[in-house]
Amino acid sequence: MAEPEPGLARRRLLLAVPLGIAGLAGLGSMELLRRMRNGTYNPHAINDPRIGHPVPDFSLPAQPPATRGFSSADVMAAGRPILINFFASWCVPCLQEAPTLMALHDSKTIPLWGVAYQDAAPAASDFLARNGNPYTRLARDDTGTTAINFGLYGVPETYYIDRHGIIRWRWAGPLTEETGIGRLHSLMAAYP
Amino acid sequence: MTPEIGHFALALACVFAFTQGIFPIFGASRRDMRLMQAAPALALGQLAGLVIAAAALVHAAVTNDFSVLNIAENSSSLKPLLYKITGTWGNHEGSILLWCLILGLCGGAVAVFGRNLPTGLRARVIGVLGLTAAGFELFALLTSDPFTRIWPAPLQGQGMNPLLQDPGLAFHPPILYCGYVGFAVPFAFAVAALLEGRIDAAWGRWVRPWALVSWCFLTGGIALGSWWAYYELGWGGYWFWDPVENASLLPWLAGTALVHSAIVVEKREALKVWTVLLAIGTFSLSLSGTFLVRSGILNSVHSFAEDPGRGVFILALLGLVIGGSLILFVWRAPAMAPSGLFAPVSREGMLVVNNILLCAMCAVVLTGTVFPLFAELVGAKISVGEPFFNSTVFPLAIPLMLAMAVGPTLSWKRAELMPAFARLWWAALIAAAVGLTIAIGWHRILPALAFMAAAWIIAGSAAELAERTLLFRAPLAQSWARAKGLRLATWGSAMAHAGLGVTVAGIAGMALQSQAIVAVKPGQVTHLAGYDWTLDKISTVQGPNYVARIATVTVAHDGHVVAVLHPGRRSFPLEQQTTNDTSIRTNFLFDLYSAMGDESGGKVVLRLHFNPLAPWIWLGALVMAGGGGLSLVDRRRVRVGAPARAHVPAVPA
Repeated sequence: MAEPEPGLARRRLLLAVPLGIAGLAGLGSMELLRRMRNGTYNPHAINDPRIGHPVPDFSLPAQPPATRGFSSADVMAAGRPILINFFASWCVPCLQEAPTLMALHDSKTIPLWGVAYQDAAPAASDFLARNGNPYTRLARDDTGTTAINFGLYGVPETYYIDRHGIIRWRWAGPLTEETGIGRLHSLMAAYP
Repeated sequence: MTPEIGHFALALACVFAFTQGIFPIFGASRRDMRLMQAAPALALGQLAGLVIAAAALVHAAVTNDFSVLNIAENSSSLKPLLYKITGTWGNHEGSILLWCLILGLCGGAVAVFGRNLPTGLRARVIGVLGLTAAGFELFALLTSDPFTRIWPAPLQGQGMNPLLQDPGLAFHPPILYCGYVGFAVPFAFAVAALLEGRIDAAWGRWVRPWALVSWCFLTGGIALGSWWAYYELGWGGYWFWDPVENASLLPWLAGTALVHSAIVVEKREALKVWTVLLAIGTFSLSLSGTFLVRSGILNSVHSFAEDPGRGVFILALLGLVIGGSLILFVWRAPAMAPSGLFAPVSREGMLVVNNILLCAMCAVVLTGTVFPLFAELVGAKISVGEPFFNSTVFPLAIPLMLAMAVGPTLSWKRAELMPAFARLWWAALIAAAVGLTIAIGWHRILPALAFMAAAWIIAGSAAELAERTLLFRAPLAQSWARAKGLRLATWGSAMAHAGLGVTVAGIAGMALQSQAIVAVKPGQVTHLAGYDWTLDKISTVQGPNYVARIATVTVAHDGHVVAVLHPGRRSFPLEQQTTNDTSIRTNFLFDLYSAMGDESGGKVVLRLHFNPLAPWIWLGALVMAGGGGLSLVDRRRVRVGAPARAHVPAVPA
């Protein structure tokens, strides 16, 4: 073999750059996977700047069978984490998630506050009478303004609010065992 | 019983792959002829195992064997036969099996078509392919076994995502995977060259056809995917800068650079280290693309499997393949002395410009795709969308397209720019005329620039061919003779370049589209792009496994009916899902495009588009792939690739 040429070491350093980049990318991906496994990172979560911020200001009227609605002040005053669930009687996936919500209600894991979204009050209360009422408190959002302030994608959609009134997690679409209920415990541990 | 045979065959293939990886490479380092000669047989053995495994899975799907978990979860007896077969690769486990099968095919192809390779190089190439395949087959066996049984077996399967029940998408994965996985062969050549510590012109000559085949498939695969998005998703777009789309675009950009830099290795023995790095990089991007998709790290409409456990396995596999090859690169590549000097203005110089721009585009798209992910690691929430990609990719694409027409006219080693411009002046004139017309007619700068670039590339390719055949300067008969004598590779490259021009024209045309989203009752008319779109009626149609609502939209121009469109929505009760049936009428100059949305209160939402030149996007990709294919069948390449044959003594009859 020829003796080492001058500049070989420098060339080697230059050619090590791709390895370095690949290594960094690998470490980053490992960290992402670790966070996916312990539930602090969800690739399918909607990239939402509202997460980590307090709930928007709102005050909503009652939705029967409840006799009074609730406001952002009530959420702040709850003193414990809650789930806010937007639903509507005209929405098929809401029907799908109804059994899951009832099971959640029966398990007494976390209070569920419901908002009937752009729905006729009798239709919404019929819906609850037929499929069960899992909600501790109930309000209605006729105009959809509150939903817009929450950044609602559509119904059903569920928000996890910690005891300081800060939105920590959202799920657009029906809640099932896989798509949220399972993650609830790690959320409650992380954000009591 | 058949699924067990398939499972066993897969395990057998994995064992073959390990032996294929270990013995030939070990033999090549020990110069043991017997071990090296074993490589082709082992590769074919692995391929046989994979073919049996894939056949077993297809058999289970066709015979509705719902005791196989994968079939029960993804198929149903109501599904048409075609989708039962193509559905086997429409899910995670099946797609990994398909991936392995294609990698096995690559190994088999090197074993069969690589007879002219030096024994040592062939053994190492097949060995590297074997090691890679072994990893993926182990992944399939340990975490993604397609043959797992369930008991009791359900009477009916859960069906397949109806969105995937589409002929365009049915054949999309095999074609795309041929492209993705095909780059394993140039990768294996690169690693083999690093192991040998030697790269010469012959290496470039061998590696280029493999890169070219994969590139053609990838081009076709990307085009098919984008076409599917256009007519099936019903969003009116064709490219969304979706992470999964980017994952296929990245290896395409790197692979395009590789196809070009390999020319320089072949002709001039320059850019050797760079080409090796590109070969490694292209396959790494293909692999990472799969990783990003399969692990669900990227949020996307396309990913159908997400499982962090599989992600860890794939990540380890990636670390071994990519990390291992890059470590070998750092260790061996610095000693490969550069040779073949050239002036900045030369064919090589232009190809370097091509490589720099393509790699810059690749880097930009890669950054845009993964940066939001890694930004989350440090707590920042960033969303990177279409505006970023459009504003970063186009400024790089314009100079690339400028250079594309000039490059082929330059001579190797040292060239003058003036003669090149003397040949291209009329192409420049056409391009300027087209650009000005669009700019004045539509008042849009970016589309005008893109149309200009498209005209420049197409006219430039024509100018290149005209120059080679002395068209209009010599008698026609002489030009014809010259045209027949021209290398197919020259025709191929001109065709591929022109194909890109056609695609760019299509993209620019789409930028000039007009669209409307309207809620209309039957009888109502919408005016769009000079056409009257009338909703006539909405009807219900019962399909084999779906119920469809179909609208009838009559499109008229000046009172004459030009098209009757039937956009619809199919609801699949079993899968509880709805798909869009867009209805498109094309005359290859523009598309009349319609998609149907929700119905409420007697009104239906219609999405209507007038898309100028839309079909050109995919037509151009076909032309590009065809150009690659033409270059591939160039007989001279085949002859040069088989130098040993000339010395083989004739076999007595």
